Amino acid sequence: MINVVIAELRKLRRPTLLLSTLLTVTLLSGLFTSIVFLRVGSKGGNGKRGETITAAELSHASGFLYGFKLVGTLLGLVALCVFASQTAQEYTYGTLRNLLVRQPSRMKLLLGKFISMKIFAVLMVVLAGVITISLSYALSGHAKVNTDQWSSATAAHLLAQSALNIFIQTLSYGLFGMILGLLFRSPISAIAIGVIWSLILETILGAVLSGTAKWLPAANFSNIGEGGTLEVSYKHSLLISAIYLVLGSALVSILFKRRDVAN
Amino acid sequence: MNNVGISKYAIEVSGLTKVYGDRAALSNANFTVPSGSICGFVGPNGSGKTTTIRMLLGLITPTSGTAKVLGESISQPEKYLPRVGAMIEGPAFYPALSGIENLKVLANLGGFPQSRVVELLAKVGLADRGKSKFKTYSLGMKQRLGIAAALLPNPDLLMLDEPTNGLDPSGIHEVRELIRDLARSGTTVFVSSHLLSELEMICESLVMLREGKVLFSGLTQDLLKAQRPLIVTKPEYEIDLNKLKLLIEGEGHKVKVSGDQLEIDAPIDWAPNLNRMAFESGITLASIAPLLPSLEETFFEMTGDEK
Repeated sequence: MINVVIAELRKLRRPTLLLSTLLTVTLLSGLFTSIVFLRVGSKGGNGKRGETITAAELSHASGFLYGFKLVGTLLGLVALCVFASQTAQEYTYGTLRNLLVRQPSRMKLLLGKFISMKIFAVLMVVLAGVITISLSYALSGHAKVNTDQWSSATAAHLLAQSALNIFIQTLSYGLFGMILGLLFRSPISAIAIGVIWSLILETILGAVLSGTAKWLPAANFSNIGEGGTLEVSYKHSLLISAIYLVLGSALVSILFKRRDVAN
Repeated sequence: MNNVGISKYAIEVSGLTKVYGDRAALSNANFTVPSGSICGFVGPNGSGKTTTIRMLLGLITPTSGTAKVLGESISQPEKYLPRVGAMIEGPAFYPALSGIENLKVLANLGGFPQSRVVELLAKVGLADRGKSKFKTYSLGMKQRLGIAAALLPNPDLLMLDEPTNGLDPSGIHEVRELIRDLARSGTTVFVSSHLLSELEMICESLVMLREGKVLFSGLTQDLLKAQRPLIVTKPEYEIDLNKLKLLIEGEGHKVKVSGDQLEIDAPIDWAPNLNRMAFESGITLASIAPLLPSLEETFFEMTGDEK
């Protein structure tokens, strides 16, 4: 298993993928945190879905986590793209046959891939956390935000909780991407379907059929990152996400184990 | 080289069949590959060679039949694949990674020492291009990298699917020498090609496929025995070609006109008679020589197929 993880990490650390992903995470983290602090109290909104976050709210113990939480869903989408492409490209490049000759246990190969991408996801979340929090401190003066509460024990607890939630959210989106990659065996199809579903179709379904949003996968993944909302609880989202991901993983695992590698 | 589990045959195939829908890609194939030999696997494109190799590597599940590789059933590929090197249907690597990085991925995966990567790149003549990205390689270089990847485990059995595709004549010669060297060190080499002429020089045994069926499986020598030499002759003047043809047919031999010469299906010791007969008829022969058909021609004669 460890051999698979090392081999996969070798592929993930290639500069074109690693640097472009980290650059994307850096830019998104910077952008969202800047919006929160530079547009503080703006009537046009500086939070999610146009909500207004005031300097007083930012002064709370959770104030330095707004940017981090805001970028969470986009981290998930980046993970979806990376996981989907890394999985599906083995089919399009025809490299799956090489991998299976060197590691005949298909489940070990799949699990090793997932673990390596999990490490990649940790890196993304840590980087986003470091940038959003550093930038929050840097911009707090400009936004006239009192940061005394940010170094309290409560703040440390909230940071750990948010980091864990955003990691689960990122991993859920990533696993969703991996499932799509294994199903469609084409990076472009898997990414397109994953992104369109998460960003467009779920939004339309949620708007047209009231009450459906709480049962849709991407909405629940994002809700985990936010730590739950008044409408949909954290536990509900964890459960629904787990059901989708376990069923999806089981289906693609069976397909991956049984399907002939004929390309 | 791991000698554990080496039996008389490196590959034993028994009734192996693969059906896709209503089309049999391989039908009831039976053959063996002796350990330590070079065995050619030949057949036209689409004859089932790659399907067979994929089944032997555990990539495809057979519809029916069984096979053993290095004494182990193909239903448990994890038992023999660590001792098998393979290049299937052309080289497939990650375009954005260098040759070295691509080999290191596979070395990591198989748990092979990283030092082997540089050693193998030198062996296949890619030492100076190892750091270049795979996408910048020519077809020949890609093929060489594929061969290097197949050699990573220092295999007891090497399966190469069309290894000389895209190689120039010197590259083809190098691959032949490499295969011979490996066989000398005890590696069994199972090499496929759609060109029998490529394999007849190096293979001790042959398996011939056509439309998913095994036509011949045995020693190359046995196939050689089936070869019937021809006499090829050329009259001094082309105008005498038909006259000479009629004379030979009159003696009961089959004759085929090939350009400005005749190919006669007759034993070589009939050549003096031919010379005498032509002279007495006033025809001067510019040349007269024996011609041994290639194994490919013998193969097509056996199968009744056109070249």
